[in-house]
Amino acid sequence: MKGLISSLKLPLIAVTAAFLVGGVIVWLVGDDPFFVYELFFTSAFKGAEGIGYTLFYATPLIFTGLAVAVAFKCGLLNIGAEGQLIVAAFATAWVGLMLPGWPTLIVVVLAMLAAIVVGGVWSGVPGVLKAKFGAHEVITTIMMNFIAFGIVSYLTQYHYRKPGDAILETYPIAEVKGGVVTGTHLPRMHALLAPFGVSFPEHIPLNLSFLLAIGVCVIVYVFLWKTKWGYELRAVGASPTAAEYGGISTSKNIVIAMVISGMLAGGVGINEVLGYRYRYYDGFSPQYGFTGIAVALLGRNHPAGVVLAAILFGALQRSALFINIFTDKVSKDWVVILQAVIILFVACEEIFKFRSRRLKVAAE
Amino acid sequence: METLTSIINLSLLASMVRISTPLILASLGGLYSERGGVINIALEGIMLSGAFTAAAVTALYHNPWIGLIAAAGAGLAVSFIHAVASIRFRANQVVVGAAINILFLGVPPLMSGALFQSTGSTPQLPREQTLPDWNIPLIGQVPVLNQLFSGHKPIVFFALAMVPVTYYVLFRTRFGLRLRAVGENPEAADTAGISVERMRYAGVLLSGLLAGIGGAYLSIGQNSLFTRNMTAGRGFIALAALIFGKWHPVGAFLACLFFGGAEAISIRMQGVVAIPVQFIQIIPYVLTLVVLAGFIGRATPPRAIGQPYVKEK
Repeated sequence: MKGLISSLKLPLIAVTAAFLVGGVIVWLVGDDPFFVYELFFTSAFKGAEGIGYTLFYATPLIFTGLAVAVAFKCGLLNIGAEGQLIVAAFATAWVGLMLPGWPTLIVVVLAMLAAIVVGGVWSGVPGVLKAKFGAHEVITTIMMNFIAFGIVSYLTQYHYRKPGDAILETYPIAEVKGGVVTGTHLPRMHALLAPFGVSFPEHIPLNLSFLLAIGVCVIVYVFLWKTKWGYELRAVGASPTAAEYGGISTSKNIVIAMVISGMLAGGVGINEVLGYRYRYYDGFSPQYGFTGIAVALLGRNHPAGVVLAAILFGALQRSALFINIFTDKVSKDWVVILQAVIILFVACEEIFKFRSRRLKVAAE
Repeated sequence: METLTSIINLSLLASMVRISTPLILASLGGLYSERGGVINIALEGIMLSGAFTAAAVTALYHNPWIGLIAAAGAGLAVSFIHAVASIRFRANQVVVGAAINILFLGVPPLMSGALFQSTGSTPQLPREQTLPDWNIPLIGQVPVLNQLFSGHKPIVFFALAMVPVTYYVLFRTRFGLRLRAVGENPEAADTAGISVERMRYAGVLLSGLLAGIGGAYLSIGQNSLFTRNMTAGRGFIALAALIFGKWHPVGAFLACLFFGGAEAISIRMQGVVAIPVQFIQIIPYVLTLVVLAGFIGRATPPRAIGQPYVKEK
């Protein structure tokens, strides 16, 4: 319990400091900080409406936060989650488009597998480049991001777009008629809760992917802390040389960590395509991959922390629209700034903790 | 053949020089930072801050030169945040860089909303309020060179001049030697009495100065206003050019020309040839991966890059 409180303390200080800075920015721009924060809390946490949307926006961030955290546990920084989730989302829609007339359940399972596999392959390339050639994963994942944007936008534009469609998106894989969805999709929360007699607003896109994300958190926790493979992966992250002496292959674990990371990022594609838009929509991700870095950092690279941090960032995302509409001067960009400030504070605070631990070690 | 000559000609080379300019400045900036041992993936955000500040200040004071100076100042200020976090607080340099990039996706639209009641752009500047076109007196008379090097914005000449200057500073001055020492072996440099912190601050701040000016070229040189996310990944291409050029000023310069040339060709090819533009756009990134995989000689980064320096007590 004491450990829990102390591990929550620093992130809370960082978030509080960032919120204070955010308030000052609102004031400087010429609006009322209290009103903005009131908007934030009511839009993001009030009733099924607020909470439903917040959890919907948190879902992709749980996946990307976990993706960054697993790589980080192996000493790698995966800033390519953005590219991985984009190719994964496209692959999800592609499977749906390629198998018309197949039983829905089979197509859904195959589409989910496609998201995970393609995400894993996309991050596996930087993993192999790092393990074999020592190429820095930060640079290679950035390059893979741009390659992903290019290829997917090409495929969407030239091969899978309905002729004459002004928007860059593929054909749909499911149709919505009178509130009933037919085709390749995952059930939404209102459909999941209906058999239990619980009513949930039908228009909220929160879907089965959220429960999947929570399940994946448990799996990642068990994998990292309760299995031999997880132990080896963390050992490489803690000290590559010590791990090598202990007979653990660093290059193998680097590839494994990167592949798992990309598979997790691929989960975003499941939420986006099977749970929300039922098609690939070019430019759907508001930097989920990059926000994942903040989520992982704030969540201390622990699955439980990732869920909490994802909910905070999901809430910010949810409130952005309201802040944009109901204030005079503050736009939704303020939320982006707040996210960046949180990352900056957490990044510097991480080091603060590192130093105090160092001093303790030195004192012993 | 006709298509080929309509794409590849002297005006293509001139546009290659223009498109490469912001890349060259950001890349050389990154060179100072990374040779000193600090990874700078914030080039994108710094360029955005420079581009926005240049356009906003010019719109307010109606003088592009004031805008240009302000952009350099903005670049310095943003890189100072980077320096303090990654040198003073020893934060993860990549995380700080990523945070700065996200920060400047948000700051320009928020500020343009507050200053100009717009959603992300600054007001369109009249032509006489953007930077002037310069001609170099003697070169104007030489047949081929005049087409290549005449009528560019001052920043183009500044960027071209910065290549030999950077080479000289890095390899022929005491400052350059010390900067490289701090990036390769900070312990040894520290023992020799060089302040690792101070040298790294200098490297990061220089990167901010140059990338800020590079950003200004986009908004008050090439264009006449700032638009949302106007750098469109140029900071990352500059970073790729730095690696492609193996952390050497001349190498980075040539890589920038190559990437700039690829973009110039892709702009001309639109609608002329059947190859989708996306494929031409991803060429620089694929090539960078190829380089990193060691197929075109090995690119070895400065040895102490990315590691915060903790002074022995």
